[in-house]
Amino acid sequence: MGLPMLRLENITKRFGPVVANRGVSLEVQRGEVLALLGENGAGKTTLVSLLYGLYAPDEGRILLEGQEVVISSPRVAQRLGIALVPQHPELIEAHSVAENLALGLELPPFFSRRALLQRLQALLQDHPLGVDLKAPVHRLSAGEKQRVELLRALLSRPKVLILDEPTSVLTPKEAEDLFREVRRLKERGLAIFFISHKLDEVLGLADRIVVLRAGEKVGEVRREEADKDLLVRLMVGRGVAPPPKAPPPREEVVLEVEDLLVPRHGFPLQGVSFALRAGEVLGIAGVAGSGQKELLEALAGLRPYRGRVRFLGSPLPQDPARLFALGVAHIPEERSTGVVGGMSVAENLALRTYPRYARGGLLDYGRMEREAEDLMRRHRIQAPSPRTPLRTLSGGNVQKVILARELKEGPRLVLAMHPTYGVDVGAAEEVHGRLLDLVREGGAVLLVSEDLDEILALSHRVAALHRGRLVGPIPREEASRERLGRMMTEGRA
Amino acid sequence: MRLELDPAPSLGKVALAYAAFLLLALFLLALLFLAYGVSPWRAFAVFLSPLTDPLGLSEVARRAIPLLLIGAGLAFAFRVGFFNIGAEGQLLLGAVGGAYAALFLPPGPWTLFLMFLLGGLLGALWGGVAAWLKVRFGASEILTTLMQNYLAYYLVVYLVAGPWKGQLVFGFLYTDRFPPWAHLPRLGDTLVHWPTLLLGVGAALALQVLLFRTPLGFALRVLGENPAAARYLGLPVGRLLLWVGGVSGALAGLAGVGEVAGIHHRLLEPAQISLGYGFTAILAAWLARGRPLWVLLTAFLLGLVLAGGDALKLAFSMPFRVVDVVSGLFLLALIGAEALSRHRVIWRR
Repeated sequence: MGLPMLRLENITKRFGPVVANRGVSLEVQRGEVLALLGENGAGKTTLVSLLYGLYAPDEGRILLEGQEVVISSPRVAQRLGIALVPQHPELIEAHSVAENLALGLELPPFFSRRALLQRLQALLQDHPLGVDLKAPVHRLSAGEKQRVELLRALLSRPKVLILDEPTSVLTPKEAEDLFREVRRLKERGLAIFFISHKLDEVLGLADRIVVLRAGEKVGEVRREEADKDLLVRLMVGRGVAPPPKAPPPREEVVLEVEDLLVPRHGFPLQGVSFALRAGEVLGIAGVAGSGQKELLEALAGLRPYRGRVRFLGSPLPQDPARLFALGVAHIPEERSTGVVGGMSVAENLALRTYPRYARGGLLDYGRMEREAEDLMRRHRIQAPSPRTPLRTLSGGNVQKVILARELKEGPRLVLAMHPTYGVDVGAAEEVHGRLLDLVREGGAVLLVSEDLDEILALSHRVAALHRGRLVGPIPREEASRERLGRMMTEGRA
Repeated sequence: MRLELDPAPSLGKVALAYAAFLLLALFLLALLFLAYGVSPWRAFAVFLSPLTDPLGLSEVARRAIPLLLIGAGLAFAFRVGFFNIGAEGQLLLGAVGGAYAALFLPPGPWTLFLMFLLGGLLGALWGGVAAWLKVRFGASEILTTLMQNYLAYYLVVYLVAGPWKGQLVFGFLYTDRFPPWAHLPRLGDTLVHWPTLLLGVGAALALQVLLFRTPLGFALRVLGENPAAARYLGLPVGRLLLWVGGVSGALAGLAGVGEVAGIHHRLLEPAQISLGYGFTAILAAWLARGRPLWVLLTAFLLGLVLAGGDALKLAFSMPFRVVDVVSGLFLLALIGAEALSRHRVIWRR
């Protein structure tokens, strides 16, 4: 095998009392894909940041081709031949593709646009871009942006390529294109770090798999020896059962949407009609930006719309506070929208109902915190105390706080958008469990997700949004990953 | 060397950062005093001299009064994410309101009350205008309040040079003296108009309780920390902002009334009414980190910086430009320490 391309020895990184990585050692060879698998908060991102010079390790060494290196900044990382494709494309939206790619080049202080284009075209001969170099980046799709990001990384002729959760914004088709490209790069001798929490991708792409849990390396397996069960057990520390099936829906219609039109930038969301019954989960898939956000925000009272929407037989008010009082809960797209980082866990659990804690004009914090403790226990929210500032919690726990708050009044309808996005397997399992509990009690759930497995596992009926129009819904039994994928990308059921 | 964010700095570390920056400021000041030709030790002694005698303390308190009233209101506004930079103008409009009540309404035991009422209302109006422009048109309150300062400034100049110019003041630009009913009581021979001081302490306490113990304060803090969450929850964002603009403006207005009723007893040129209290109070509020109660401390600290500067001016007949460098360095040190205490320094390459 020879000298490994990149080798980490006993890397430890602390943030105050929190240990993000503890004694992690691993190596990656030329022409190898090493997958780094772990739940959110397992320390994957910290490890990437150490490799890319964003943080310095507290202990341990990094060796590149046998030489110890100190990676003190991203600039140094690039010079050493380490390139990163970040999780979310970090491109300058108003600039053209060429200008963004130029950031990956060593350029003289002055250069002409024409010279830049010529040079890029020469460099990109091996990697057909399929995108107009002069197009402004904000016009590209998520997959195209990812591709620009990858090409920018390749322009510096790296020896080590780090892909940090590269598929989180891609459609299945786009992800496959990416994987094909990664395999080509591997054959050309690059050492590739592939960071992910999606098992299928890891099993499909990796030669070796290192599993991190709570900052420590808990396992290393060759692809041939790995299977899903083993990896999940390593990641979570136990086996995970698929979510139990929800019972069939009841007769009562909770939500009725007829010919909904929501204006938005680009194309509108229009002609959307569906009915949602008590005890039913309707899953809505779609490529990011197909109108999912607009649909949910309109129903949640955050966006003006036209059309007929009835909730339990009456028109839907356009006021989020009144909607919640009527029994409409909303799990927002971005976790950060649903919580206030500087306020305590207890205060965040009371965001919807705080006026109730007033006694003689003053808030009764004792009662608020006692009730919070109860909710924290029931929803297994891990935090030192109800007074802990919310921003110190992990993503999974923040999501559980949102869920606990939105579900505590026993809502009739839950508008859930990406309810498990970026949370770990264990927390996702609990989130699904809570939603299904509610459904069993007669609540209805409108589930928007980019995770097709999640939609197929939970829903009674599924639909897809394609350029602002709803395709479906069709019964779950008639749906498959492939059919759902076609509904998303071609707009036909 | 590099800096990493430290979300939860320990108290010891914060203290250390402040000590380090204070020492740095003292060192630079020592160089300044040496260059000016006075012994740094004597200069520091003079700077701190207001703390050593009752008259000096009263000078500190006199300057702390407007800083406290305005600073409490600004700490409150900043917490809610309303960046009111226009306290100077709101103070001046308060002084105008107070002067109107003193000069043109029938005098009597009610005069002081009417002055504070009218001054507070005008200050609230001036802050409320900026809030309304923000709610209605999305105009940045930083720009509107800043510009409103100039409007207020020239309104006062116009009044004292034109329609309100005193009958008995010859060439000077000020109004006639207020009637005795419009004079605030002071502590002994000092210039400490204590009713305004009490008002300031009360405001700091009240806003602290409002912000951290009441349902209204809860909503305000949500809005300040995360406007997207406020929208998501359906909080009445526009009404909350109007409220905050009005309250912080009203408190600055009250401070303006205190200055004319407690010290000058007439409306005069704007630069003489205020000495930049509306701007220094921004710092008092910022150092208090959005806690109105802490302004009790920071207002007196900044009062000392201002009073110590005056002592230097008198003792060594230093020009005010040099003295301003002294206060400026101290204030810069405070800001630097605040920034440093929020980061960790990693010394490895």
